[in-house]
Amino acid sequence: MSEEPKPKPKIDLNRREMPKQEEHVRSHNFLEVALGYTAELAMAEARRCLQCKKPFCIADCPVQIKIPEFIQAIADGDFAAGVRILKERNSLPSVCGRVCPQEEQCEKHCALTKRGGTIAVGRLERFLGDWEAAQPEMALPELSSPTGKKVAIIGGGPAGLTAAADLIKAGHQVVIYEALHKMGGVLYYGIPEFRLPKAIVDREVDYLRRLGVEMHTDFVVGKTRSMDSILEEFDAVFVATGAGLPWFMEMSGNNFNGVYSANEYLTRINLMKGYAYPKNDTPIKRHRKVAVLGGGNVAMDCARTALRLGAEATIVYRRSRTELPARLEEIENAEEEGVKFHYLTLPVRTIGDDRFNVTALECLKMELGEPDASGRRSPVPIPGSEFILPFDSVIHAIGNSPNPLIPQTTPGLTIGRKGNIVIDSETGKTSKERVWAGGDIATGAATVISAMGAARKAASSIHEFLMS
Amino acid sequence: MVKILENKMIVPNICTITVFAPEIAGSVKAGQFAILRVDEDGERIPLTVSDWDAERGTITMVYVMVGKTTQKLATLTTNDTLATVVGPLGNPMEIDLFGKVICIGGCYGNASIYPIARALKEKGNRVTSIIEGRSSYMLYWQEKLKTVSDQLIVITRDGSQGKAGHIGNLKSILAAGTPPDRVIVNGCNYLMMRAAQETLPFKIKTIVSLNTLMIDGTGMCGVCRVTVNSSTKFACVDGPHFDAHEVDWDELAQRRKAYLSEEVQTLRSSMAQ
Repeated sequence: MSEEPKPKPKIDLNRREMPKQEEHVRSHNFLEVALGYTAELAMAEARRCLQCKKPFCIADCPVQIKIPEFIQAIADGDFAAGVRILKERNSLPSVCGRVCPQEEQCEKHCALTKRGGTIAVGRLERFLGDWEAAQPEMALPELSSPTGKKVAIIGGGPAGLTAAADLIKAGHQVVIYEALHKMGGVLYYGIPEFRLPKAIVDREVDYLRRLGVEMHTDFVVGKTRSMDSILEEFDAVFVATGAGLPWFMEMSGNNFNGVYSANEYLTRINLMKGYAYPKNDTPIKRHRKVAVLGGGNVAMDCARTALRLGAEATIVYRRSRTELPARLEEIENAEEEGVKFHYLTLPVRTIGDDRFNVTALECLKMELGEPDASGRRSPVPIPGSEFILPFDSVIHAIGNSPNPLIPQTTPGLTIGRKGNIVIDSETGKTSKERVWAGGDIATGAATVISAMGAARKAASSIHEFLMS
Repeated sequence: MVKILENKMIVPNICTITVFAPEIAGSVKAGQFAILRVDEDGERIPLTVSDWDAERGTITMVYVMVGKTTQKLATLTTNDTLATVVGPLGNPMEIDLFGKVICIGGCYGNASIYPIARALKEKGNRVTSIIEGRSSYMLYWQEKLKTVSDQLIVITRDGSQGKAGHIGNLKSILAAGTPPDRVIVNGCNYLMMRAAQETLPFKIKTIVSLNTLMIDGTGMCGVCRVTVNSSTKFACVDGPHFDAHEVDWDELAQRRKAYLSEEVQTLRSSMAQ
């Protein structure tokens, strides 16, 4: 039988848009902004994939998802197969499909990018994750036979959950200790509902629970129980305690009422559901004019949250729009919803009244000078350009140092200059025997997916150690 | 879910709650706190662990009924459960052989000063405990405090027990005997501030356990910022114990009031229900 010659694929550059809530509607609610592909849209998008023999998309994925394979499964309409392929490498597809910076990773070097028709890998990943969740039964993967080894994971955020999934599939007993009352870490307290619905986080956590991962919330390792006591009971420990002390810009007035760290503002809203106050008990002030300092994704999250609480929200950023570190998609969403932007503006002082409430921000105008080490043009203050912007709230979204609890309470861990736990970047090993670490606790604030990538490396190193 | 073993009002508006929390009971030290959440929609509130029994696995906290959460808490009874009890959080109080130490408690501090006095006594210090209240019927845990103190001094506003007066009487106490090597104060921020003013002229090292707003209590949110010695500290991970003479009391008082109007609003609506 002779093979028929394959027809040359026709290149389709029409990247399928994902439906979104209208901007004037969504800016007043906390429901998810992006609505996801329908099956038809997903299949149409998947059929555009060229199925490259040497795919560039996989190389740029921190967890090495077999991207062309799962896309082919979608194109074939075999969504269950797509989920299986996806979950081999990523246990949180609904999360990553939403919050990964795909344009910097898988989609960056897509063969169609140069021609302006990049495959929407993230949207397809999200589609599969959500499709599976909508099925009456979620298929569970086969676990390796029990090894009898026990691993403790400290922190139930993206790194902890990823390591837990890998290790339980490898046949180890896994216990996660989480300090807060909800699993999910930054996925729960940090990323807003309108970008990542908490029901999705709960669902992904529940999947791990069904795989047999034991979870303890309200348990602070280093306080409730020491790391050394945990090490007596477990064969290995993975530390993924994430973010800690929030940073504030160095200026006066940071302790006036109405000044928040992004962590506090978002935690009040997301974890404590402050937007439902007074039905829920944790209060949040209904400010009228909110300034958000910073230009990253977290800054966009804060500004868009403030907007939804009825405030006029303004991003104050010392460089220009091109230098904003946030994802373009988030910047555009913020702009569409009506967030204001004050570029080339450096806050120098927060002004308050005699009752200790914020009233304004004193700023300096900036101009762009020579490119700095990061390649971005560095902002230079224009002397004498001070001016005052009225605000009744100021949110600092300029990052945070790693969580101090484990470093403070665990002898034998080498701690870096920024308070991070020092690890071997290939294995995640720390200086303390049988202890691994990964995610923000090791690197300082970074993305969800890079934390997951680090967790995956550590999990594989832990597995190797346990089996030797 | 954490089981309540006992929850009762001991003096008007002040209650003790004992819960089964063996991990915390096994690791808590004097001066540390726990964070509680009454139910799924509840807020997180910090309460000092004022007593514990590692063998029975229990911890006891004392709270003042001031807002919606503590009002809700007070309606619970034996065998009811709390959504969250997490801890022990914060640093333990520094316990060493200082010599003579005065421990002062007011309000919920009558209780939270107790484990501190106990630890100091066990270390071999001479401990004088002072409790202060509006009237004798507002004082409690006196017998417990006596067992861990060389001397117990009671001050009441109306003179119904002990010395008549308030924390300002500290001056005469300090002037009378050998000055203490250290003073430790637990109670409302006003009491702590006033005590600090009295010990300053005597140059006595004075440690206070600050009350700030908190959410996570693990150094993540930063709402507990206080200014100490001109720099910003996080009460949950850097404290809650600080040198009283370095604390910016005005700022602390203002930050405590940040949600006052909301607190009153929720309290009204919860009482109307």
